[in-house]
Amino acid sequence: MLDHATVQPLGLTFDRVSHGYDIGKSVLPVLEDVSLDIQPGEFVALLGPSGCGKSTLLRLAAGLEVPRRGRVQGDGRPVTAPGPDRILVFQDATLFPWRTVRGNVEAGPGARGELAAKRARVDEALQLVGLEAFGDAFPHQLSGGMAQRAAIARALVNDPRLLLLDEPLGKLDSLTRLNLQKDLVRLWQVRGFTAILVTHDVEEALLLADRVVLFSPRPARIVQEVRVDSPHPRRRDDPALIATRSALLAKLGVLEDV
Amino acid sequence: MTEAIDFRQAGFSAERPFRPWREGIFAALAWGATAAVTWGLPDVIQWGATGLFASLAGLVALVFLTLAILVPLRGWQGGVLTHYGPWFIALGLWLLVWEITTAKLGWLPKPFFSPPQGLLHVYMTDWDRLLICVAYTARLWGLGFFLGITLGFAGGVGLGWSKRFAYWGMPLLKLIGPVPASAWIPCAFFIFPSTFHASVFLVALASGIPVAILTASGISQVNRSYYDVARTLGASSRWQIRNVAIPAALPNVFVGLFMGLYYSFAVLVVAEMLGAKFGLGWYLQFNTAYSAYANVYAALVIMALICAGLVRALFSVRDRVLGWQKGIL
Repeated sequence: MLDHATVQPLGLTFDRVSHGYDIGKSVLPVLEDVSLDIQPGEFVALLGPSGCGKSTLLRLAAGLEVPRRGRVQGDGRPVTAPGPDRILVFQDATLFPWRTVRGNVEAGPGARGELAAKRARVDEALQLVGLEAFGDAFPHQLSGGMAQRAAIARALVNDPRLLLLDEPLGKLDSLTRLNLQKDLVRLWQVRGFTAILVTHDVEEALLLADRVVLFSPRPARIVQEVRVDSPHPRRRDDPALIATRSALLAKLGVLEDV
Repeated sequence: MTEAIDFRQAGFSAERPFRPWREGIFAALAWGATAAVTWGLPDVIQWGATGLFASLAGLVALVFLTLAILVPLRGWQGGVLTHYGPWFIALGLWLLVWEITTAKLGWLPKPFFSPPQGLLHVYMTDWDRLLICVAYTARLWGLGFFLGITLGFAGGVGLGWSKRFAYWGMPLLKLIGPVPASAWIPCAFFIFPSTFHASVFLVALASGIPVAILTASGISQVNRSYYDVARTLGASSRWQIRNVAIPAALPNVFVGLFMGLYYSFAVLVVAEMLGAKFGLGWYLQFNTAYSAYANVYAALVIMALICAGLVRALFSVRDRVLGWQKGIL
């Protein structure tokens, strides 16, 4: 049976966060004064032109980097280091190529020495993403969509309270994309984690998220926030969705008739 | 060929005409020619085991002739044997040319060159000493190589992983790396309690340095995202080294191991200069000093075969360990 256990979702706060990277001797600013409150269990999509700094926001939330200014807090406590309650899924599946699919899913529990207790959970995670028959396959034997499913299973097996999705569907073909979008919503509903999705696909953002946050080009600032209230499953031909989509595209500087 | 006709009458190849293994027949011809030339033509200079070599070559020719008939009957086409068919022919021709240019025409004169039967003679008369030499070399090489690659691997992991270790270690490695093994002899003599220890040190150094350099560069080239993934999963540094850095660097480590294997063989001669009493390297020098080049060639052939065997073994280890790479390469 599928595991329907839910997790205690994490609430996340970005408080006047600015960040940049050293390029040679100068600093390239990527985030400017970003404040964002994400409620426990919320699904938020971050939308913006490519390279604007949305991914940096996720790295800060994961604790892989510490902001130069401002604070990132999870449930009121500062985020300073990565941890298995906040897991990042990358655009490339970044599966460990020397481990089988099962080995990859086991990586998290194994790294924390919890593998013996969590073996059953590994099977469940594989089942949850529909890869139970591919446990012994190596990553190079998987299609792009399967690899991304495996990466999601590798994240979910740790019961993350916050799932950070950095354009996880960006490189997939459109059919695989549609399926995985549905799967993501289902997993989010079943497990109850907080989700932040970085994407530059307006439709994807509107189909999945409770709230869409629109960013400016680099350095990223929040331009607009749009709440999406229609219940799941959402239809992409819903007139309200189409109207919001056009408005957002206009904000992004794309003409109406695209 | 009469055998083949018999099978045909028995109805074996009633539908398909019987085709013997062509390369087998050519190989048999080449080896047979070697046997005939060795036996039939007079030697310019007398060499040891002419008769024995001629009969051995003739025997090999007969084996190939038999195989030429067996291969189509048993359906061995496409197997290992037929894969090496062209090599069997080339080997026979090589022996033929070698035999003619040395023993029969004397173009390649004694003592610098030796015909095949000269080498055979060495194996016949000096096999006991050669066997002891192989054992001594195996002990020296085994100790040196495995010590070298173990330390080289450990050092390489440290250099690739730790910035501070690399700060001090990399310049040292770059300085030590290009120094020829023979230049170490005075130091090695002074530092180590016995010449055997000094020899082990030289072999270890030759095999360890490429492993260290390649391991370090392999680890420093690992895709950063793998570490990001491991860190978000809650992995310690120790886990990241063992489960991310090392497996990701293993393809490079194996390149280092192959280089170390070749270098360690090249350095054996130098290592066995240090007061060794036996060993293939020692055997080479001893016989070079006496201009007994047939013995030198005989020992070289043994070394080459052992080295090729070890390379082969290392390849199969690599294929096992790096099975996950299939399809990526």
